[in-house]
Amino acid sequence: MTEAPRRSGARPGAQAEQWAAWLLALPAFLLMWAMLLGPALAVILLSFTDWNFGEPELRWHGLGNYLELWGDRVFWISLRNTLIYVGVSVPATVALGLLAAILIEGAARGRALYRAFYFLPVASTLLGMALVWEFMLHPRVGFVNQTVAALGFARQDWLNDPDLALLALAAIGVWQNLGLAMVLFMAGLQAIPGDLYEALALDGADGAWERFRRVTWPLLGPALVFVMAIMAIRSFQVFDTVAVLTEGGPQKSTEVLLYTMVQNGFTFLRSAYGAAITAVFLGFTLVLTLAQTWLLDRKAHYG
Amino acid sequence: MARRTLLPELLRHAVLVLGAAAMVAPFVVMVAISLKPPGEVFAPQFTLLPQQWHAWENYRDAFTKVPLARFLLNGVLVTACIFAAQAATALPMASALAKLRWAGRGWAFALVVLALLIPPQVPAIPLYIAMWQLELLDSYAAIILPSTISVFGIFLMRQFFRTVPDDLIAAARMDGMSEFAITWRIMLPTAYPPLAAFACLSFIWNWNEFFWPYIAIQSEHLATPPLGIAFFSNVEAGTSWGPLMAAATVVTAPLALAFLVAQRAFVRGVTMTGLKCPPEQRRPPPCPRSPAAAFSPRRCSPHRSTPGPRRAAWS
Repeated sequence: MTEAPRRSGARPGAQAEQWAAWLLALPAFLLMWAMLLGPALAVILLSFTDWNFGEPELRWHGLGNYLELWGDRVFWISLRNTLIYVGVSVPATVALGLLAAILIEGAARGRALYRAFYFLPVASTLLGMALVWEFMLHPRVGFVNQTVAALGFARQDWLNDPDLALLALAAIGVWQNLGLAMVLFMAGLQAIPGDLYEALALDGADGAWERFRRVTWPLLGPALVFVMAIMAIRSFQVFDTVAVLTEGGPQKSTEVLLYTMVQNGFTFLRSAYGAAITAVFLGFTLVLTLAQTWLLDRKAHYG
Repeated sequence: MARRTLLPELLRHAVLVLGAAAMVAPFVVMVAISLKPPGEVFAPQFTLLPQQWHAWENYRDAFTKVPLARFLLNGVLVTACIFAAQAATALPMASALAKLRWAGRGWAFALVVLALLIPPQVPAIPLYIAMWQLELLDSYAAIILPSTISVFGIFLMRQFFRTVPDDLIAAARMDGMSEFAITWRIMLPTAYPPLAAFACLSFIWNWNEFFWPYIAIQSEHLATPPLGIAFFSNVEAGTSWGPLMAAATVVTAPLALAFLVAQRAFVRGVTMTGLKCPPEQRRPPPCPRSPAAAFSPRRCSPHRSTPGPRRAAWS
């Protein structure tokens, strides 16, 4: 990982360096355990008990919570919805973010302005903007339906239609995260050496599509994997829009993992059951991270 | 390079302008509604400007129906405390991880990387239980404490500190400076640019954070801006859009304005999350062209001690 520490005593002052390092690291080290690592371990331990919030005793429950999850209809709906949300919003965010990045990077003028416009939603308060979206998705006077009607399609009650609510939330997610994907892609694009494009032009192939297919796409591979992983992990954490716009409804159609976790852990006070849902959530995040690492390693071999 | 012709360039800008319009539409709608009287909000055709200005009433209602000023103050207080704590803990540890030789370094860094993988919502239930036992729920401390540590900050600053040349530190040691003095007087002053970017990110995240305050805070007067807006929207339940949009404008404005003013630092900061990407595969661009690159410690840093590509953080 890092170069091996030199044996103490090899150099005058090495001992002092050891002490200083421990002291400098100590506050962060303690806080890291108290606020992150400790509670993360505690969540996993708690998920093997049947503790409800406020009870005096803790009893071992084995895999009981996980077995209950297995038979819990709401949990499966929640997991399915989360996966649909991720499956819809991640490809859309990545594709649109990449398109925006390529178009903006290639533009002769106006780059900073475009970048500011596309990035603005990332820096804004999602909760406030969610309410704006609620208004824009209003069935009668909303901006979206006025546009839809003007284009000749049927108006929809987006947030109250079980078939559409999750998609509407995914669209809000895409709007919010697109700028982030774009900025990360722009960094990736800038890292592509310009002489490759020049070499391609010497070969006589200088069409936009050829440039994309033969240089940009292959060299952007690692950035693509990285952006997809970040977006997937972020999408798994969808909560704000659900909590304030739909509360999991209509008919559980927007029930997502974190919302189910909060409902069980904090509203119904079933802490241990909520902990089990948290463990499942953590598991998915770790799988995504491992998949990213694996893909990047694999790419590196013939990179 | 491809010859630029007029038509593709026009097409490019047409697509970009259309996209930009979609991205900013919600902001335009938000401000437009915040200026309108209730009657015009539900007009069948959307207009940009109100026929009858109602801005004063809407913004007055936003500040009087809920303690909006208090929410903003809470937001500033909470984000300031969190960043102070994050910087105070992350900088020393990052410096120790980057430049000092000590027995636990490998393990400590492995733990930081492990902690980076844990989503912020995972510790929520145990933290809630702990705060309940310490009787800290529903207080400023409840909002602030879980965010006092930023492993991302540690990681970011450690990557930066690795670019500080070893010779500089060796020279300071020869001059008889203590390890603490070196950290304080040599390392910290070099770290302002990445620290500023980290400050931007920390501010965005914690100003906008909804999940944990939603769980830990019940009292209206302790609400952070997003939570306050949620309270407001619950009270009004979709009836008075004008004041609600006024409140949303007020809460979003500080970040949006700060972003427009310090756009580069924001974007750089976000791009630096890309440090997690193995650097071998991202060749450094020429220095002057890309602000993100000039900023990033790994690339074209003026005082880079070792030539050749740096290794990935955990490769």
